[in-house]
Amino acid sequence: MIRYLIGRVGQALLVLMVTFSAAFLLLQALPGDAIMIKFMSPDMALSADQIAEIRSAYGADLPIWERYFRTLANFLTGNFGYSIQAGVPVSQQLQVNLPPTLQLASLGFLTAIILTITIAALSNVVGMGWLRAAIQSMPSLFISVPVFWLGIMLIQVFSFQLGLVSVISPGPVERLILPVLTLAIPISAPMSQILMRNIDEVLAQPFVAVAKAKGASHTWVLWRHVVRNAVLPMLTIAGVLFGELLAGAVVTEAVYGLNGLGGLTNQAVGNHDTAVLQAIVVISALAFVSINLVVDLLYPVLDPRLGTKLSMTA
Amino acid sequence: MTAPLLEIDDLAISYKVGDHDQRVVHGVSFRVDRGEVVALVGESGSGKTTTAQAVLGLLAGNGRIEQGAIRLNGIDIAHWPQKRFDTIRGAVVALIPQDPGSSLNPVRTIGAQVAEVLQIHGRGDRRAIRTRTLDLLTRVGLLPAEMRADQYPHELSGGMKQRVLIAIAVALNPDLIVADEPTSALDVTVQRVILDLIDELRRENGTAVLLVTHDLGVAADRANRLVVLQGGRIQEQGAVKDVLAAPQSAYTRRLLSDAPSLTKVRPARRAPGSGEDFAIVVERLTHDFPVGGTAKRFRAVDDVSFKVCRGTTHAIVGESGSGKTTTIRGVVGFLKPTAGRIRIDGEDMTTLKGEALRRFRRNIQLVYQNPFGSLDPRQTISQIVEEPLLNFAPPPKAERAKKVADMLHRVGLPETFLGRHPRALSGGQRQRVAIARALVLDPRVLVLDEAVSALDVTVQAQILALLDELQKALGLTYLFVSHDLAVVQQISDTVSVMYKGRQVDGGPVDTVFARPNSDYTRELIDAIPGRKAPMLALSTASVRG
Repeated sequence: MIRYLIGRVGQALLVLMVTFSAAFLLLQALPGDAIMIKFMSPDMALSADQIAEIRSAYGADLPIWERYFRTLANFLTGNFGYSIQAGVPVSQQLQVNLPPTLQLASLGFLTAIILTITIAALSNVVGMGWLRAAIQSMPSLFISVPVFWLGIMLIQVFSFQLGLVSVISPGPVERLILPVLTLAIPISAPMSQILMRNIDEVLAQPFVAVAKAKGASHTWVLWRHVVRNAVLPMLTIAGVLFGELLAGAVVTEAVYGLNGLGGLTNQAVGNHDTAVLQAIVVISALAFVSINLVVDLLYPVLDPRLGTKLSMTA
Repeated sequence: MTAPLLEIDDLAISYKVGDHDQRVVHGVSFRVDRGEVVALVGESGSGKTTTAQAVLGLLAGNGRIEQGAIRLNGIDIAHWPQKRFDTIRGAVVALIPQDPGSSLNPVRTIGAQVAEVLQIHGRGDRRAIRTRTLDLLTRVGLLPAEMRADQYPHELSGGMKQRVLIAIAVALNPDLIVADEPTSALDVTVQRVILDLIDELRRENGTAVLLVTHDLGVAADRANRLVVLQGGRIQEQGAVKDVLAAPQSAYTRRLLSDAPSLTKVRPARRAPGSGEDFAIVVERLTHDFPVGGTAKRFRAVDDVSFKVCRGTTHAIVGESGSGKTTTIRGVVGFLKPTAGRIRIDGEDMTTLKGEALRRFRRNIQLVYQNPFGSLDPRQTISQIVEEPLLNFAPPPKAERAKKVADMLHRVGLPETFLGRHPRALSGGQRQRVAIARALVLDPRVLVLDEAVSALDVTVQAQILALLDELQKALGLTYLFVSHDLAVVQQISDTVSVMYKGRQVDGGPVDTVFARPNSDYTRELIDAIPGRKAPMLALSTASVRG
């Protein structure tokens, strides 16, 4: 078990390291840089010497490997460098922009889970007939909808036509309703599709027939035998979908004009602000890796088959 | 006279397939008296499982009882709603399922799963249920019960899982147990122990058993009466000894003659090949596997030697875990043995590598157990049979097509099958395709890994006859892996009996069967079902009878 733990954490660190290096190299390979964009504009009227001085102050004139190790050392000590465009430390920008995105993402994820369970429960409890078929076809509809379109449609219908949610100076809760839905719907789609298929598969298992032969009712069978077996494979997919959630958050923030990591990313890309981008990539990777690490560590707890295998090899 | 425990009267069941109803059980009538064992015998597709499921109200969603009655203690339950069935399932009728491997919930302890049936029917408080659960586990021989109760299904062997399922079935002392092929997924020696256990508990409690089986030998040993089904219709029913001694229907006679365990007539084998012409020589084969990342090693095959004369059949017998699969994987060159030598036609397989090994492999072809998994569902039959040719300097297209057609003809399949996909074929037909695919390269040795184990007796008999004919025509040497001693006795010349990686017996089949060297072989021979059966009219008074 301990070996498994060390192995998994080691893998996670390795992924982070690779992500950091790849992001660094790719960002350095981009033509042009933020210093040029900011200080070479004519209104600054700086001389070539002054620009060179600024470059050396930012460390931009060092050879690439030296910059790599400096940045790495800085990241390890929690120093993400300076945003050239804003002229403030990146960590300060993150402090402002990270919480709203985290809030949006976690609310979106939670809503997605609630949607998933509702859809799966309805399709299995409501019974036969058109309703089940209709509910089961819903997820494939959601999955094919792009986030930005969905966002615009939600605003169009709920705000402008039905007038249910105000878009002009909304309250703190009201402000979040539509973005959270925009984020949750496309993620709940694949999740509920998989959950429903799992439930159907588990229902066809011989042990379900054995449970029925014991005299168990349909509800008893669903709750005591089907749910846990059907939910297990969902964990993996939930971990993977978290990545989609981050990407979705960026677009959603843009559509609804919210502050957050999305807006920050947008600006930083426009300005070639590599320090900011590097920090965003590493933070996203950290979040992604942590979620998947948690999923991996939860598995042996939830599935006794894995638990035994581990204790045998450890 | 009181009503019989179970009376099935003119029962017809159909499944909805697409838009129409397909009837699979046609006017079946039989009865089971209290404390009696009635065997429902038939091949797959005979409607035996469907009939049994109907008794429990567990027909698949698209199944429907069209007519007839199922009277349990005189009450017709055929059209009961599920809710009503819940009150009798477990308490009055219970199930022992077919495949113990997937019949227990993998994420719950076996104690919880035994206790569940008591909870559902409200038999006592927590402590009473726990005590009863431990009693039941003890009764079915799962000891120490305290420890077993907290184990998960994956920590138990197949036989132990079946014991758990038996404990669940007998927990509430039902009147009737439906046992649906309760042992077909188990090794023969385990099979006997499990059937003995069911027998014992049944006698203790006076429970009646409806035993669904494809194995006439098992039915003959365990049942009072037989009901023979074919294509959803009853062919014959009566007391076991009457049916076996004087079968009335042609179908029953065929089933009897096809059942290897009941047939004591053996087709005459050729005399073992002329002296020293060996096609396969295995010398002191040993294979170790590393154990999960540690330095420990597990010895799967331990010092096994045998020789197979050209044109004869050598059988490797053993239960799961005996090392038989590892042995044949060495013979076909998929594994490099830890020690020992394997010579095929004089060539040492253990020293061949890379391209030479790949090219040599065309001489040894493999036919797998599962005819459903070993054929690519997306390929047509002609593509499947042709594929091996493409791997070795393929002849021109027209020649390949001719070869494929010839091969199909050889294995007794019509040419119209060429364009079909495997899903359109029955299990026996698929196995014929697998044999054709193996033979298309003109190999000298054919390794048959449980190649007939998944087939019904009648189909099995046909495939065995085909293999025999091909061997004579093409001079093939067979290495035949099986857990079924009855089949082995029927088709092989020599045999190796393996147990825990060692060869415990070896030599000509007749010698090994008549004078087994080891207790294990003796136990295997005793475990062959059908030995308790009264001698058949068609049997020749064989010494082994």
